[in-house]
Amino acid sequence: MDKIPDNRAWWLVLPVFLLVAFSALIPLMTVVNYSVQDIFGPGQAYYVGTEWFKEVLTDQRLQDSLIRQFAFSGAVLLIQIPLGIGVALMMPKSGIKGSLCLILVAIPLLIPWNVVGTIWQIFARGDIGLFGWAVNQAGIDYNYTGDTVDAWLTVLLMDVWHWTPLVALLCYSGLRAIPEAFYQAAEIDRASKWAVFRYIQLPRLKSVLIIAVLLRFMDSFMIYIEPFVLTGGGPGSSTTFLSQTLTTMAIGQFDLGRAAAFSLIYFLIVLLISWLFFTAITHADKEK
Amino acid sequence: MSLTLENLSRTVDGVDYVRDANLTFEAGSFNVLLGRTLAGKTSMMRLMAGLDKPTKGRVLYKGEDVTGQSVQRRNISMIYQQFINYPTLTVYENIASPLRLAKMSGSEIDRRVKETASMLRIEPLLKRYPLELSGGQQQRTAMARALVKDATLVLFDEPLVNLDYKLREELRAELRDLFRERQCIAVYATTEANEALALGGTTTLLHEGGVVQSGPVMDVYRSPVNTLAAQLFSEPPMNIIRGRVSDTEVTFDEYSHHALTQELARLAPGDYWFGIRPSHIALVPANDDDLEMSMEVALSEISGSETFMHVENSHFEMVLQLMGVHQYHTGAPLKVYLPVNKLFVFDSNEQLVHTPTRVSGGAN
Amino acid sequence: MAEIQLKSLAHSYSANPSGPGDYAIRQLDHVWHKGGAYALLGPSGCGKSTMLNIISGLVQPSEGEVLFDGKRVNELSPRDRNIAQVFQFPVVYDSMTVFENLAFPLKNNKVPAAKIKTRVQEIAEVLEIEDKLHKKAKNLTADEKQKVSMGRGLVREDVSAILFDEPLTVIDPQLKWKLRRKLKQIHEQFDITMVYVTHDQLEASTFADRIAVMFDGQVVQFGTPTELFEAPNHTFVGYFIGSPGMNILEVERCQGGVRFDSTELRLEPWQSEILGGMKSDNLKVGIRPEFIEISPVMSDDTYAAEVRDVEDLGTYKIVTVKLGEQQMKVRQSEEFDAGIGSQVNLLFPGQWLMLYVDEFLVQEQQ
Repeated sequence: MDKIPDNRAWWLVLPVFLLVAFSALIPLMTVVNYSVQDIFGPGQAYYVGTEWFKEVLTDQRLQDSLIRQFAFSGAVLLIQIPLGIGVALMMPKSGIKGSLCLILVAIPLLIPWNVVGTIWQIFARGDIGLFGWAVNQAGIDYNYTGDTVDAWLTVLLMDVWHWTPLVALLCYSGLRAIPEAFYQAAEIDRASKWAVFRYIQLPRLKSVLIIAVLLRFMDSFMIYIEPFVLTGGGPGSSTTFLSQTLTTMAIGQFDLGRAAAFSLIYFLIVLLISWLFFTAITHADKEK
Repeated sequence: MSLTLENLSRTVDGVDYVRDANLTFEAGSFNVLLGRTLAGKTSMMRLMAGLDKPTKGRVLYKGEDVTGQSVQRRNISMIYQQFINYPTLTVYENIASPLRLAKMSGSEIDRRVKETASMLRIEPLLKRYPLELSGGQQQRTAMARALVKDATLVLFDEPLVNLDYKLREELRAELRDLFRERQCIAVYATTEANEALALGGTTTLLHEGGVVQSGPVMDVYRSPVNTLAAQLFSEPPMNIIRGRVSDTEVTFDEYSHHALTQELARLAPGDYWFGIRPSHIALVPANDDDLEMSMEVALSEISGSETFMHVENSHFEMVLQLMGVHQYHTGAPLKVYLPVNKLFVFDSNEQLVHTPTRVSGGAN
Repeated sequence: MAEIQLKSLAHSYSANPSGPGDYAIRQLDHVWHKGGAYALLGPSGCGKSTMLNIISGLVQPSEGEVLFDGKRVNELSPRDRNIAQVFQFPVVYDSMTVFENLAFPLKNNKVPAAKIKTRVQEIAEVLEIEDKLHKKAKNLTADEKQKVSMGRGLVREDVSAILFDEPLTVIDPQLKWKLRRKLKQIHEQFDITMVYVTHDQLEASTFADRIAVMFDGQVVQFGTPTELFEAPNHTFVGYFIGSPGMNILEVERCQGGVRFDSTELRLEPWQSEILGGMKSDNLKVGIRPEFIEISPVMSDDTYAAEVRDVEDLGTYKIVTVKLGEQQMKVRQSEEFDAGIGSQVNLLFPGQWLMLYVDEFLVQEQQ
C-alpha cells in the first residue's frame, strides 16, 4: 500500500535513534575496537589484528563451553516448546477461570532473574530446600552442588519453570485467534482430538511458534544470571555456559581483547542460528 | 464542483487494479460502481479518497490536481462493509467524533448530531454503544458519522452486503432519499445489478480494473456498449447467442434457421452476437415473426411470483424470467419465443450494433 | 436420512431467562420430513442459526426435545448425530489439499481408501472442482473454499441430513446462480433431507420445496414458496416475502368493510362475516404490489391515487402511489409511463386483498 509520503514522522524517531546509538551502537563499536587489540591496562593497548580471533576459535575452554551451551539450548527447546503448547491447550478458554489461570501461569515470568536463581538455589538444597529434601526422602540421591548430572537437571528444571510460561502464553493467544467455526466443523466431521490438534491448531500456531522458538533460543543461548546464582558454574565447570566464560574472561581476568573477539563471534553465532530457524519455519510454510 | 479521474491507473506487482480510468462525477450526483468482486471498485475508491497513490494519472477536484494530497486534507467520508464504529464511544459520541476533531462548538455539534441521527432514524439509540446494536443499526451509525461532517465526497464500499435482504431494501430506499437534496458527490460500489438500478443516478461498469461503460443508469442499461456490459448489468445475465446473418435468413449456432424480419432484415450479412433479456422470452408467441426455439428444461426455479427457467439444447443455454409459477420437470421439452423487436445485436467484436426500440416514450 | 422433529422446543442463551424477550427460540413444534429440501427463512436475529445448531447438536436446547426418526437425540453429540453442516464462512483445513479436505470426514469414519477415492471424485465433479483436487486448500479463492466446505458436507453418504447456514454469503452474485442450481441438482440426485438457512427469500424459494418463515423465535408459516406468496399467514410473512413486500395498512371497521383515513375498502362477504365475529381492534389489510391493478378507467371499484415516485428496475417498475394519506407500492411492467403527480385508478381484486386480525390472516372456512 503506497501511502502518500509524509517524512516529518522521521523527526519523532530521532530521540530513540540517539538513545540506541548511545547505549548500543557505540559500545558495539568499542567492542570491535578492543577485539583487534591486546590490552594490558588503561593506555597500554597494542594492535594485534585478527590474532585474538584465531586464538579464540582454537581455545579448548571456549569450545567446551560452546558445546555445553548448545546442549543446554537444545534441551530447553525440546522441553519447553511442546510443554508450553500442552499447557496452553489445557488452559480454560474464557471466563474467571481463564483469567485466574493466566495470572498463575504468568507469575514465574515476573520474578527478577537473580531472584529466580536464588529461589532455586535454596529450593533444591537437600537440607533446607523443599524440593531437594523431598527428592532425597523419596530415596533418590540428589545433590546439585556435588553431582554434575544433578546440577544440569536442576538448571534445566529452573529454566523450564521460569520460561515455559512464556511459550504457554504465546500459544494461548494464538489458540484464542482460531474461530469457533473450525472446532464446530471438526466436531461435525468427527475428527479425533489429535486430528484437531494436527490440522487446525498446529497450523494456526505457526507464526506464534516462530516467535516462541526464536525467543527461547536466543535467551537460553545467552543465559547468564540464573545458572550463575544457582551453581556458580559448578560443580567444576559442568554448568559453565558461554556467557559466564565470557564474563570471567573479560572482567575476572581483564582479558579484554580476547573477550571482545569472542563476544563478536558469540553474537554472530546467535544471529546465524536465529536466521536458520526463521528461514526453516517460514520456508516450510511457503513450500506448500 | 466535480471530481475527475484522468488516465488513472494503479498497478501493484504487475497486476492492474485500475487501468486507464477517465471518469467525471458531478456535484449532487449519485454514482454507482458496478462490477464483480476484484473488479477494481474498492481500488478506485481508495484512489479517489487519497488512501492510495496512483501509478499513473491524476485525480482532479474542482479542476485542481489533488493527486498528491493526503487523505486528511480532502473532505471525504467513507463507509465500509464491516460496520466500523468506535466501540468505546456511545452512538452520540461516534457521530460527533469528526465534528469534535474539527473543533466545532458544543451546541453546533449537538444540533448536527441530532439532525443526522433523526435522518437515519437512530435518534432513540444515541446513548447506546455500537456493540449493543443490531447490524442495521450499527451501519446506520457508521453512515451518520460519515454524513454529519458534510463531506464533499462520500464513498460507500458495498455497505449493505452484511445486512439481511429486507434491511438492505429499506436502507437503499433511505439512501436514495437522503442524497436527493445534497450537493456532495456520492460513489457507491456494489456487485448487484439490481442495486444499481434501484439507486439510480449514473452507473459505471468495471471489469478486471477497466471501465467498460459509464453513464446515466438507464442509458447504460438500455444501450450496453458490448456483450460484457450487457451481461454485467443484468440479473439474471442477458442471454447472448451466436448467430450468422445471410441474405435470406439468420441462423443460430448452425442450428435453427429463421427468416429475416424487421431490424434483422437491415443487418449486413456476417457473424453477430444476439442478446435478449430473460424477461422478454415467452412461452407463447406474441407476434407472427417471433423466433421459435426448441429447448429442454434444465432447471425451474420458482420464487413467489415468478419463475426463472434455465433451458438448454445441444448448442446453447438460456435463462427465462417468467411471471407466475411454471412447474416443469428437468428434461421436459419446451418451445420458447423470442420477439424480434426485443433483440440486441452485437457485431463479431461484441460491440453494440442495435438496441430494441422502446415501445413507449417513457417518462424517463 | 431421517425425519427430524422438534418438540416443544425453546432456547434461551441466558442462564435464568425471565421473560419471552430472553428466548432466542420460543415454543416451537416442527417436523422436517425425510428427503425434503427445506429453507429456514427469517431476518437476522430471529433464531434460525440457533435452530440449526440445536438440530446438529452444537447447542443444547434449554427446553424441549429433538427427535430423529422418533428417537430423542438431545444428549447425543454432533458427531453421533451423523449430521453434516456447512457454515457461512468457508471452513477448510489449510494445511491439506482439496482432496484431503474432502476425504477427511470419510477417513474419520474409517471408510476404505478405494471408496474414499471414488466418492471424493464424484463430489468434486458435481461441484466442478475436480481439477483442483491436488491444490493446497489455502491457495483457493473464497468461493472455491466454500465449495470445498460444502463438499465436505456432501461427501458422507450415510448422513441423516445436511444443514446449510447461509452458505452463499461469500459467493459472488454472478456465481450464486450456478451454485444454487448445483445444490438443487445435488438434492435431486442424492435425495437427502436438506435444511437451508437464509435471510434471502429468493434463495429460499429457489432452493426449497417448503419454507419455514421464522420471526422472533417462532415459525410463523411453513409452506411452499407459492403459498407464502399468495396466502401469507402472518403480516410478517407478507412483509418479508416479495420484493418489495406486501403493502400493509392499518384499518378500522366501518359499514361494509374497513377503512383507513377517509378511504373505505370493501371486503368479501366471508371476510366481513368472520370479522363481525371478532372483537380485536388490531386490524390490517394487505395486498401485494404485484396484485394491485391500475385501471385505465375510473369506476365504482377503483380508488383514485396520485403517483409519487417511479423506480425503473429495467424489467419492471415500482410505482409509489398515495391513496388518502397512505403510501403504497404497485408493480408495473416496463411499459408504464404515467409521470409523477399524475392520477391513476387502483383496483384491489377481492381474491388478493388479505385481512389480518391480530397479525394473522383471516381465511375462508372450507
